[in-house]
Amino acid sequence: MTYAIAGLIIGILAGVYCPFYVPKEYSGIFSVALMAALDTGFGGIKASLEGLFDISIFVSGFTVNILLAAFFCYAGIMLGIDFYLVVMLVFGMRIFQNLAIIRRLYLKK
Amino acid sequence: MIYKKHTQILIALVCLVIGFMVSTQIKTAERQKSINVQRVEDLSDRLQNAEKENERLNAELKIAKESSGDALLTKEISRLKLLSGEISVEGPGITFIIDDSKVTSKPGENNNLYIIHDEDILRVINELRAAGAEAIAINGQRIMGTSEIRCAGPTVVVNNTRIAPPFNITAIGNPQVLESSLQLRGGVMENFKFWGIKTEVSKSENIKIPEFKQGRPFEFIKPIEEKTEAPKDSVQGGAKP
Repeated sequence: MTYAIAGLIIGILAGVYCPFYVPKEYSGIFSVALMAALDTGFGGIKASLEGLFDISIFVSGFTVNILLAAFFCYAGIMLGIDFYLVVMLVFGMRIFQNLAIIRRLYLKK
Repeated sequence: MIYKKHTQILIALVCLVIGFMVSTQIKTAERQKSINVQRVEDLSDRLQNAEKENERLNAELKIAKESSGDALLTKEISRLKLLSGEISVEGPGITFIIDDSKVTSKPGENNNLYIIHDEDILRVINELRAAGAEAIAINGQRIMGTSEIRCAGPTVVVNNTRIAPPFNITAIGNPQVLESSLQLRGGVMENFKFWGIKTEVSKSENIKIPEFKQGRPFEFIKPIEEKTEAPKDSVQGGAKP
């Protein structure tokens, strides 16, 4: 847990101080990838609370989800379809679900 | 234990990436907002500057127009307009009214001798010009270089407009000279009187003559570019087509 929080803080600080901005044309892709990353993070917390946490599933899910979401969004831009809305919707719903489960698990304790 | 530590590091790495993404996204979104605001401010600033500059340049232009060759140009244009009869003019002159004869023609005599023809009017115009008339009009039709005076049945065509007796010929010039030119012995008026054609001359200090309305475009003539030095007082390009 400490490692995770330390990593999060270091990441935020790095993001704040790193002179990197998302180019305008990729902002949609980036936001979708961020949703995927958040979803995986909450999924990991949920799994650890359930006692089903597997580091390989967590890391692979994290990577593949982000890449897939980004790819979906990119393909949507190519095709002229707003795929990123679908991806956003799916990940948003999953984040809410995960949060609901985490909340219940914490209350049960 | 080693495996566990590995796991922790991996989790930390994932969390690091998430944190990085979140903060970058926030930062980008904020910059976008501030850029928009900055842009609006910047643009309004620039607009104000441009307006100020515009005002300044307009004032400059006005001054320049007043002081430079434009004044000369305007003068030249008005002079040319006066020459081409494009503006109405006024000045001292005479009014000359002629009307058809009321004398009944004797049997066997030509009726044509008792009415006014284009030739009569042309003679009057010629006489007036010889006496130095600067502007002439017949029944409100300005006579310029291209004006025609021609019989068309019972009427006379001047500047493509039909006019009928009585003819009211106005001329600007020295009234005395103009009047005596018409009243010359054996001149036009005596000739008219002989045929009973009514004439009436009156001098006036203020004769108004309208502008020449039939400014027809030139189809065939073109100016010949002469290389000779232009007179100093005339402005080149003052009379562009």
